[in-house]
Amino acid sequence: MDLLLQRPDGPRHVYAYTGGKPFDPQRPAIVFLHGALLDHSVWTLLARWFAHHGHAVLAPDLPGHARSRGAALTSVEALADWLIALLDAAGIDRAALIGHSMGSLIALETTARAPQRVTHLAMLGTAYPMTVSTALLDTARDAPLRAIDMVNAYSHSTFAAKPAFPGPGTWTHGAARALMRRVQASQRDCNLYLRDFEVCNNYRNGLVAAGAVACPVDFVLGAKDQMTAPRQATELAAALKARVTTIDAGHALMEEAPDAVLAALRAALARPPLDAVPSAERATA
Amino acid sequence: MPGSSDPGFDTLAVHAGAAPDPATGARAVPIHLTTSFVFENSEHAASLFNMERSGHVYSRISNPTNAVLEERIAALEGGVGAIATASGQAALHLAICTLAGAGAHIVSSSALYGGSHNLLHYTLTRFGISTTFVKPGDIDGWRAAIRPETRLLFGETLGNPGLDVLDIPTVATLAHDNGLPLLVDSTFTTPWLMKPFEHGADLVFHSATKFLSGHGTVVGGVLVDSGQFDWSAAHAGSGRFAELAKPYDGFHGMVFSEESSVGAFLLRARREGLRDFGACMSPHTAWLVLQGVETLPLRMARHVENAHAVVDFLAAQPMVESVAHPRLQSHPDHKLAARLLPRGAGAVFSFNLRGSREQGRAFIEALKIFSHLANVGDCRSLVIHPASTTHFRMDDAALAQAGITAGTIRLSIGLEDPADLIDDLKRALGAAKRAA
Repeated sequence: MDLLLQRPDGPRHVYAYTGGKPFDPQRPAIVFLHGALLDHSVWTLLARWFAHHGHAVLAPDLPGHARSRGAALTSVEALADWLIALLDAAGIDRAALIGHSMGSLIALETTARAPQRVTHLAMLGTAYPMTVSTALLDTARDAPLRAIDMVNAYSHSTFAAKPAFPGPGTWTHGAARALMRRVQASQRDCNLYLRDFEVCNNYRNGLVAAGAVACPVDFVLGAKDQMTAPRQATELAAALKARVTTIDAGHALMEEAPDAVLAALRAALARPPLDAVPSAERATA
Repeated sequence: MPGSSDPGFDTLAVHAGAAPDPATGARAVPIHLTTSFVFENSEHAASLFNMERSGHVYSRISNPTNAVLEERIAALEGGVGAIATASGQAALHLAICTLAGAGAHIVSSSALYGGSHNLLHYTLTRFGISTTFVKPGDIDGWRAAIRPETRLLFGETLGNPGLDVLDIPTVATLAHDNGLPLLVDSTFTTPWLMKPFEHGADLVFHSATKFLSGHGTVVGGVLVDSGQFDWSAAHAGSGRFAELAKPYDGFHGMVFSEESSVGAFLLRARREGLRDFGACMSPHTAWLVLQGVETLPLRMARHVENAHAVVDFLAAQPMVESVAHPRLQSHPDHKLAARLLPRGAGAVFSFNLRGSREQGRAFIEALKIFSHLANVGDCRSLVIHPASTTHFRMDDAALAQAGITAGTIRLSIGLEDPADLIDDLKRALGAAKRAA
């Protein structure tokens, strides 16, 4: 669905996938946040599952990415403010936030800024600090298509992800490459890949933010992740008292292990929120 | 930069889409000859049907063996995914019928395999889909033929049988400037000789019967999506492709371009085309094609090497009026082939024999190593007379437009010793001369 956010710099259009069901803010809400140079479509299987199991689901394209128009934002903090405005525009009082990679940092910062509005926090393929190597930053600046190929190679751990995402017959390496190229081409006002990497690289508020988080936190990490290795999440996980689930996948864990990620997220959302809503309104997941 | 995480072509040809079987440890790809797959429970069944989870339900829609082939060909082509079909014709039909319905229009190269020409010129018109044929090198003709109801442009990487080289970069740009995709039949070239997506094509299909399987044992096809064409943007601009950009009542109101930003075409083709038309590939066929694909780089190199030897031999023979292979400077697309096909312009080509129809028959009947049959891309060398076989339904004008005469003979060069092939051709040319 399309939403219009009222922001200090003017109205901002947002596209959000709703999992194949009309969005109903009366249901327990989940917001899925994608990573750098991706879009909502990395979530479609998971979003469809939760949308058809009692949840209101939003999987937005981040500002300036794919179908969400306007300029891309330049910091995790700005994206957190944008996400709070998105919750307002969608009529969501409280939501579970699920973010992957860059999206996980946005989810964390949002939870810290509005802890009363977040029932659960799930961070997938995450690390803190999410340092991007100088070599990758330089490549993203000078040759973004080559940077896409580099990241694509390091984001996958297998030539044979089964079951393929979103369905059999998909070559996940090729699909990820095509998606990143599409999203990069969708933003003509800036080098989006470089900007997203800088958003990740420059975020320094993670441990402070962790102190403000009150809801249950789950980390879902890929054992073979070469972009955000599990050991790089250890300090943040401890600060958040997060439950850590490690699955057999690389950084692109939703594509490589969709069933394992679904199981981990079902378990995450089954945890009682700190300030539980009435049981009748809870999800059945 | 070939390596474990960024594999090269030869590595992908052997490994893409396949891993040791988790249930048995089998290293080769198992043949999953089963119609159906057991659900874990009712909830699992419902979520598979509703595309909330990935997996196999029924082998008309997907099958684990077929999926390996699909992923492997997509990897070799540089695509996002693929669908294995019952034949190359089924792949072409699936591509067209995913994008076009009654009232739609196609602009196609006139230099086509006879079966493709039949489908477009005769059969699809019965279902309200019309086609305008243009010479592949006539760029103004392509441009002029595009109409508001046009849904795709279509051509062969190497036109059958004259080996006209499709100027994919130019035709693709023309297509995209008009909000249209370019579909390419890459059967003659395979991804080893050319990857059409790198030149701008949006969809590719193969008759896997030919070089991909490579042994003349199975009939099959593969349809591959580059993921490059933005169906939503095209729909917003022209209203075309509502099939992909608007809710589809036939599948839970799904908007395929929202479900997968880069795989929408394949989702609809599988969820509608395979489901309803049903032209799926047998898992046994998929396995046989996989055996061929694993040696594709080795075989293609030898096919092309042998073809070059035969082309050079024939071009020097007084009994041969002309040889239509872009390797030769006399071919109108010699320079274009050097640019788009640096490894060679394939191993299927035609030549024109001087003399009468009877001399042509004497030539074919004198051959001992070349087999006279209607196929190409076999490990064995093959020969056929197009005017009386593959293209016999075309009238003289259509034949001429396709570059075929009564004396045209098509060869598919196999993997035999090239000296033996040349000896066979020498003997047949002698027989043809004596038949004058």
